[in-house]
Amino acid sequence: MMPGLAMGRTVSAEALMEPGVDVAIKKKLADAALNAAKSKGASYADVRIGRYLNQFVVTREDKVQNIVNTESYGVGVRVIANGCWGFAAVVDAKNEAQMAKAAEDAVAIAKANAKLMKEPVQLAPQKGFGEVSWKAPIKKNAFEVPIKEKVDLLLSINGAAMANGANYVNSVMFQVNEQKYFASTDGSYIDQDIHRIFPQFNVTAIDPKTGKFQTRNALSAPMGMGYDYLQTNPSDKVTGITTRYNKGYDMLEDATSAAKQAKEKLTAKSVEAGKYDLILDPSHLWLTIHESVGHPLELDRVLGYEANFAGTSFATLDKWKSKNFQYGSKQVNLIADKLQVGSLGAVGWDDEGVNTKKWDLVKEGILVNYQAIRDQVHIIGEKESQGCCYADSWSSVQFQRMPNVSLAAGTTPLSVEDMIKDVKKGIYIIGDGSFSIDQQRYNFQFGGQLFYEIKDGKIVGMLTDVAYQSNTQEFWNSCVQVCDERDYRLGGSFFDGKGQPSQSSAVSHGSSTARFNGVNVINTARKI
Amino acid sequence: MSIILTEAEAKALMQKVLSYSKADECEVNILGEQRGNLRYARNEVSTSGSLVNQNLSVQSSFGKRVGVATIDEFSDESFQKVVKMSEELARLAPENPEFVSVLEPQKYLSSNGFFQSTATADPDSRATAVLKSLELTRGQNLTAAGFLENQMGYSAMMNSKGLFAYYPSTGVNFSLTVRTPDGTGSGYVAKGYSDIKKLDTAAATRIAIQKSLGSVGAKALEPGKYTVILEPTAAVVLLENIFYNLDARSADEGRSFLSKTGGKTKLGEKIVDERVNIYSDPTNIDLPSSPWSGDGLPQEKMSWIEKGVVKNMFYSRFWAQKNKVKPVPFPGNVIMEGGTATLEDMIKSTKQGILVTKLWYIRTVDPQTLLLTGLTRDGTFYIENGKIKHPVKNFRFNESPVIMLNNLETLGKAERVVSTESNQNYMIPPMKIREFTFSSLSDAV
Repeated sequence: MMPGLAMGRTVSAEALMEPGVDVAIKKKLADAALNAAKSKGASYADVRIGRYLNQFVVTREDKVQNIVNTESYGVGVRVIANGCWGFAAVVDAKNEAQMAKAAEDAVAIAKANAKLMKEPVQLAPQKGFGEVSWKAPIKKNAFEVPIKEKVDLLLSINGAAMANGANYVNSVMFQVNEQKYFASTDGSYIDQDIHRIFPQFNVTAIDPKTGKFQTRNALSAPMGMGYDYLQTNPSDKVTGITTRYNKGYDMLEDATSAAKQAKEKLTAKSVEAGKYDLILDPSHLWLTIHESVGHPLELDRVLGYEANFAGTSFATLDKWKSKNFQYGSKQVNLIADKLQVGSLGAVGWDDEGVNTKKWDLVKEGILVNYQAIRDQVHIIGEKESQGCCYADSWSSVQFQRMPNVSLAAGTTPLSVEDMIKDVKKGIYIIGDGSFSIDQQRYNFQFGGQLFYEIKDGKIVGMLTDVAYQSNTQEFWNSCVQVCDERDYRLGGSFFDGKGQPSQSSAVSHGSSTARFNGVNVINTARKI
Repeated sequence: MSIILTEAEAKALMQKVLSYSKADECEVNILGEQRGNLRYARNEVSTSGSLVNQNLSVQSSFGKRVGVATIDEFSDESFQKVVKMSEELARLAPENPEFVSVLEPQKYLSSNGFFQSTATADPDSRATAVLKSLELTRGQNLTAAGFLENQMGYSAMMNSKGLFAYYPSTGVNFSLTVRTPDGTGSGYVAKGYSDIKKLDTAAATRIAIQKSLGSVGAKALEPGKYTVILEPTAAVVLLENIFYNLDARSADEGRSFLSKTGGKTKLGEKIVDERVNIYSDPTNIDLPSSPWSGDGLPQEKMSWIEKGVVKNMFYSRFWAQKNKVKPVPFPGNVIMEGGTATLEDMIKSTKQGILVTKLWYIRTVDPQTLLLTGLTRDGTFYIENGKIKHPVKNFRFNESPVIMLNNLETLGKAERVVSTESNQNYMIPPMKIREFTFSSLSDAV
């Protein structure tokens, strides 16, 4: 699910470059909360002191609509008291008395709720790491790039889109910096600096005769990178029916293509419903992986913790325990990874002080593992957490969130061109579109940005009104080929929603282009 | 001083902030809030917490150059700093061709959305309310997952032309999913109120229990077009997509379901059944909302769809000025008028149909037709000859709320309902719709 992001306060660009609270002061503040929690009877406590910076540059056609800088600073204290979790968050906490009060409030909540508990929280042991730090390996801090440079880029891509036939174009440069300090009664004091960037646009073309409109969104991916994502070189481009991008995004080129393609969509052939072999580009497949693999393998869903909102999962513990549940075909290897460089999910430690790692979820088609955190991991027989805990703000309580989940590239050399050559009746889908999946992750429906009809091994033209429906297990078992690592790219979401109150998290999903045989395609055209 | 300022405190504070301004125009917005929640699953508390938050935002302008800066620290020194920062940003900003001057003082309707009972709810009272629910589910060996959140807060604004607005509010939302231990049955309920005294967690729990037990043993029906009775919780997530897309600018620009060729729109045209009346009213006693919008415009009683005809669309102040019409803000609440039928009456009058408790994961497939997709969830039942015969497996649908409101059979009595997609509260009736399009089956329970 993908809701909006909670915003902080708005500030000047210069203010975003000011350093946050000094790490020595943060340690003192954190200790004040940890000590207060312990003195009130907490058996465990952790503190997150967070400074969250966002910048948006928002334009349409030849106008800058908005330049927004937001900063949010506060503290969240989480405790276990009388065997029950409690959490309290306070804005702008900068002295030890505020820290102690937040800890006391958290303990009071835990004690009030403990009367509803039948079994105490069981927390996997975690060694303390002392005073450590981690910084995202970015090459160019996007917050250091002058706003004018971003405005000029967006207005130039808008101009290119309009010059190539767009009626309207909206574009946004969105960047994030999370400065997070974590401390716990386990003896960790972890300082982390995380950066993310998401350049995006939407182009609209209108047919004046019919009044029909079509859009084409950017083929960019949100990345765990700095402004270096906007600096492309030829090796970052994947050529073909349209250019796609790897670790460097040519926004100007993509906007030019988008305008032409939005116009082309106006006269594209409406798809005939039926079974097709689908060739799914990584710019599209990431979202199918996200919804049909990432979410069902979240252990909290499997156990029922999300039953009231995001739902549960078809991938139940008995299927995992059987060691022979065929999630997908033999070609399907799905990997969880919190270390992947340039990804949205990469951090040094998660939000409960666990060092991050990489592990298999589905191996040669068989379900082998889940994604878990400290208070659940004992249920799947693991001795330590997999490091999947995250909170989207100081004001939110941390809980299990999806790590990067990716489809491993095929091991046999295979290009997209060679893959298409073998397809008799198929559709090649590029870019993500409409998406919906049931609460146990069986039945899904996905759209896309660009659809190309394949007949007898050749792309014969563009299609419109396309969406495919399938069932997760059936779909992944219909995967017959995955291109090799030359085609491997990351896609991802800035806005993965889960939890109550709802929280947003950013996560990447990598893959190479993959082929799925005999998938049900529907025609979505209607008249009102 | 409490983080929740009184009207007099807010006024004095903003006057002080404005006294530091050297800009051509200045506008100040503030808010303060306290939230508390209790979340539970597997019949146990999971994560629960509290939040204390405040924020002050200053917008300064020199000519058509605008700067906005905000702080969450409330002190004289920080107020001076934030005013100065917004003025520096305004001087650096490019001219905004869509700039509109701040408003003169306005008159607002009176709306009471603040209830002391809700404001004083604490961890113990939340735990007590949830315990009443848990006792019922534990007693029947059912598994409960739920969420209770209460909130109190205020927002206020003042500008250099003397406009002042203040609105305090409270709210509580409770939602619950009850599942059978074997996972073959699931039922849902959600309730939202401004006054927590109206919340009866035990009564709500009984509804979810009934749906959960009743949905065990679901049979598969062929996908296709069916008469459906949408409970308000199911209907609202489809209708919301009409409410969100009533923007005049998008319609004028040709990229909305309300657009027509040649830059024309469907304003004044009948687009749905003549029994459909949708409006906003901040003074509605069951759904009070702020009588002013974020830019200071008064929120008035405003009809959006009357007897099936599009009566009004939202106009931003810039778009209204350009088109020489009155600005119409995005509303604070939306109400759809109902009929007189009870849910039972609607079931009784149905020869063959499907009762839908809740719809889930709603996404737009085509913005031109407002075609949406999503699935039924937590209580879907087959009706035959006026009676619920048996539960049915969940469906995926592909349907437009515009087509749906053209296929209207009956409207029931409107009630306050929480959207499971946006968490917003609305007044929505249950409705019977013919030829609702289910496109595939789901194995999900």
